[in-house]
Amino acid sequence: MTSPMTPGIAANRLSKDELAQNFTDLHAPLQPHEAAVAADRCYFCHDAPCVTACPTDIDIPLFIRQISTGTPEAAAKTIFDMNILGGMCARVCPTEDLCEQVCVREVAEGKPVEIGRLQRHATDTLMAQGKHPYARAASTGKTVAVVGAGPAGLSCAHRLAMLGSDVTIFEARPKAGGLNEYGIAAYKSTNDFAAREVDWLLSIGGITIETGKALGDNITLDDLARDYEAVFLGVGLGGVNALGCDGADKDGVADAVDFIENLRQASDLATLPVGRNVVVIGGGMTAIDAAVQSKLLGAEQVTIAYRRGRDAMGASRYEQDLAASQGVKLLFNVQPKAMHGDGAVTEIEIEYTATNNGTLAGTGETMRVPADQVFSAIGQTLSTDGGLTLEGRKIAVTGAGRTSRDGIWAGGDCAAGGDDLTVTAVAEGRDAAMDIHATLLGGA
Amino acid sequence: MADLTTDFLGIKSPNPFWLASAPPTDKEYNVRRAFDAGWGGVVWKTLGAEGPPVVNVNGPRYGVIHGADRRVLGLNNIELITDRPLEVNLEEITRVKKDYPDHALIVSIMVPCEEQAWKDILPKVEATGADGIELNFGCPHGMSERGMGAAVGQVPEYIEMVTRWCKKYYSKPVIVKLTPNITDVRLPAAAARRGGADAVSLINTINSIVSVDLDSMSPEPSIDGKGTHGGYCGPAVKPIAMSMVSEIARAPATAGMPISGIGGVTTWRDAAEFITLGCGNVQVCTAAMTYGFKVVEEMISGLSQWMDEKGHTSIQDFMGAAVPNTTDWQYLNLNYVAKAVINQDDCISCGRCFAACEDTSHQAISMSDDRKFSVIDEECVACNLCVEVCPVENCITMVEQAAGTVDPRTGDTVKDAYANWTTHPNNPGAVAAE
Repeated sequence: MTSPMTPGIAANRLSKDELAQNFTDLHAPLQPHEAAVAADRCYFCHDAPCVTACPTDIDIPLFIRQISTGTPEAAAKTIFDMNILGGMCARVCPTEDLCEQVCVREVAEGKPVEIGRLQRHATDTLMAQGKHPYARAASTGKTVAVVGAGPAGLSCAHRLAMLGSDVTIFEARPKAGGLNEYGIAAYKSTNDFAAREVDWLLSIGGITIETGKALGDNITLDDLARDYEAVFLGVGLGGVNALGCDGADKDGVADAVDFIENLRQASDLATLPVGRNVVVIGGGMTAIDAAVQSKLLGAEQVTIAYRRGRDAMGASRYEQDLAASQGVKLLFNVQPKAMHGDGAVTEIEIEYTATNNGTLAGTGETMRVPADQVFSAIGQTLSTDGGLTLEGRKIAVTGAGRTSRDGIWAGGDCAAGGDDLTVTAVAEGRDAAMDIHATLLGGA
Repeated sequence: MADLTTDFLGIKSPNPFWLASAPPTDKEYNVRRAFDAGWGGVVWKTLGAEGPPVVNVNGPRYGVIHGADRRVLGLNNIELITDRPLEVNLEEITRVKKDYPDHALIVSIMVPCEEQAWKDILPKVEATGADGIELNFGCPHGMSERGMGAAVGQVPEYIEMVTRWCKKYYSKPVIVKLTPNITDVRLPAAAARRGGADAVSLINTINSIVSVDLDSMSPEPSIDGKGTHGGYCGPAVKPIAMSMVSEIARAPATAGMPISGIGGVTTWRDAAEFITLGCGNVQVCTAAMTYGFKVVEEMISGLSQWMDEKGHTSIQDFMGAAVPNTTDWQYLNLNYVAKAVINQDDCISCGRCFAACEDTSHQAISMSDDRKFSVIDEECVACNLCVEVCPVENCITMVEQAAGTVDPRTGDTVKDAYANWTTHPNNPGAVAAE
């Protein structure tokens, strides 16, 4: 048995019990009485700020009142009406930056209504009953191709299937779910929730998933445009930005997304190797998820190195504090300069940064931090654009996800505009579905 | 420190907090512990006539209206009077009174409406040395079906008659406990006074069904699938009780009659309010049944602190202080004009005031795009709904409009003079001001 002190990259740093404890639910589900008490704190605000802050416009005061009157199933229906992935969003939404940030009780007392946990209580209750609350409308005879079975694609497919279209989802990976399945921290989606949610969502019928089908690889946009009446692209960001510093090719330097994916797909967490000294480069949620999970796997020292200040960090203050509480050290205003080591990395050389006249640059002052594993989490990129017009480095869209090409819609992380959040992807997939439906039936 | 001792009908008590006749006062064990815990007095659970004791149901006796965190807001019961033998109760009362001479010990009684029944029991009660009796004319369930309890309390003539018997066969103070299940509480109170009662106590419990099981379709508490109305008490009934107390305190036929206030007293503040409406003391039950006897410590400390802060040295200092201010609607000053004012610093922008006013009142609150809520003085009738639905205490207040200013709603100048409905021009029965 190894331990957190074992040098290099090693598996089995913690016992099975410790790992099970570490990777349990980040927030325990609310018990019914807890939910009633939490729900009672909601003021049922008029034109509530939380609804405005929700990218999917869930009627939050209504669903909370439905919980408080003993009908969590009705509450779940209120949530799913707007957000069919409300179960996952209840777990992964940065509520501290969205609904709970603007909750009047957060403003007044610094203690918001626990909207995320209440949403989970409602959605878990209904999903545990094994029922799907929606039925399909009469068939429209329309066929739609959805590329990518992530939050945007699933949301779009579900809404279209509900409206009566037949949907085929093309997914590059072996499993549906996208980042829900492969990308987010394990303690936010315990007990295989992402896969269970996909099964539950698909039970509406009318949706076929073809896995192992990647755009630009074994399918083309032209094929899809020819074979289907509409196409929705929810391909996400499949590429990763390269770490441009000396020694980035050394052993032990890896992409954070791959680390997280391996962790999510591992059947036994004890078999996952992790460094004694881990350094994560980046400032977004991926950086936090990789750092925290490294620590939870048993790394002794975990450091996040971010090139700008705390306020500029993509991860919320809540997530920063979560990482800190797990013992992750947060370094700000530093950038990687070089990896050192003979074959495998043993140290990372970090340079301090400063912003002058809006330009970030190294100050020349450096330090070395022990590192036998370095994860790069400096952003993801579009891996295929299908020849569509781009806006920045993403697919340009107008209205409800219309791309530069007729009959092709896009949403989620691959599309320009909006935050790269699960909940935003769900909203964009849903809205594109409504637009596709109106377009196909209106003959526009 | 304020003196909390009370002298009610000559019965001394270390504080005004008595336990009402109810399950907590059913036996020596409880009453001794209650006195030790600090309760000033106890009204022993109602005794019935000699003979086979009453029987209670063997299923649930209580039902409750809960708040979100299981706070007991209202309690309902279908328990009857004591189901222990009369002799046992009398022996225990005798022992307890002997050991607690400085605490008030009152015996509640309910026997049939026959002179002989009262003539039989009263000497036995007198022999216990207890300080007085309380006539239970109030219980609305069970015993009332047998012509006792509320069945007597609903007929003023019976109240007067039985009270008279009690004064005839018992030498110490007689308190008549009134039922609220009547249309005008002044009539039974006046009847009690005519019969010679030394005081009234009120309210007894209110007819109630607290809930219905939507699966079994049985009212609750459910006994083998059937329910019956019980007696409702607890915090929810306090407003009803205080209104009835005030009616008796200010009605000419009953004014000045000592009152023991009962109904939802849960905190020192509740007790203080009852006393300002003319009560000489209060009786508590639900609070003790919810939290145990210890709750009296808060009542004592709270009342004491408040009295010190206000400069009251005795209960007498503020007893009845709110009675002169309790009046009929027709005497309210119609020249008094107020407007709601929202303190923008305290406002948390929930919009409840707006929803309430816009949907259900006078459309007197405006909402801006950035969620700023403001009162429209031209529409505000000062109804107070916004104040009450606002989750932030004192964020919205009612501000009196100074005499001489113009009320933008009516266009009238606010008058300094008092004027009420009796002289209002719209009142067909108005009398000219002299």
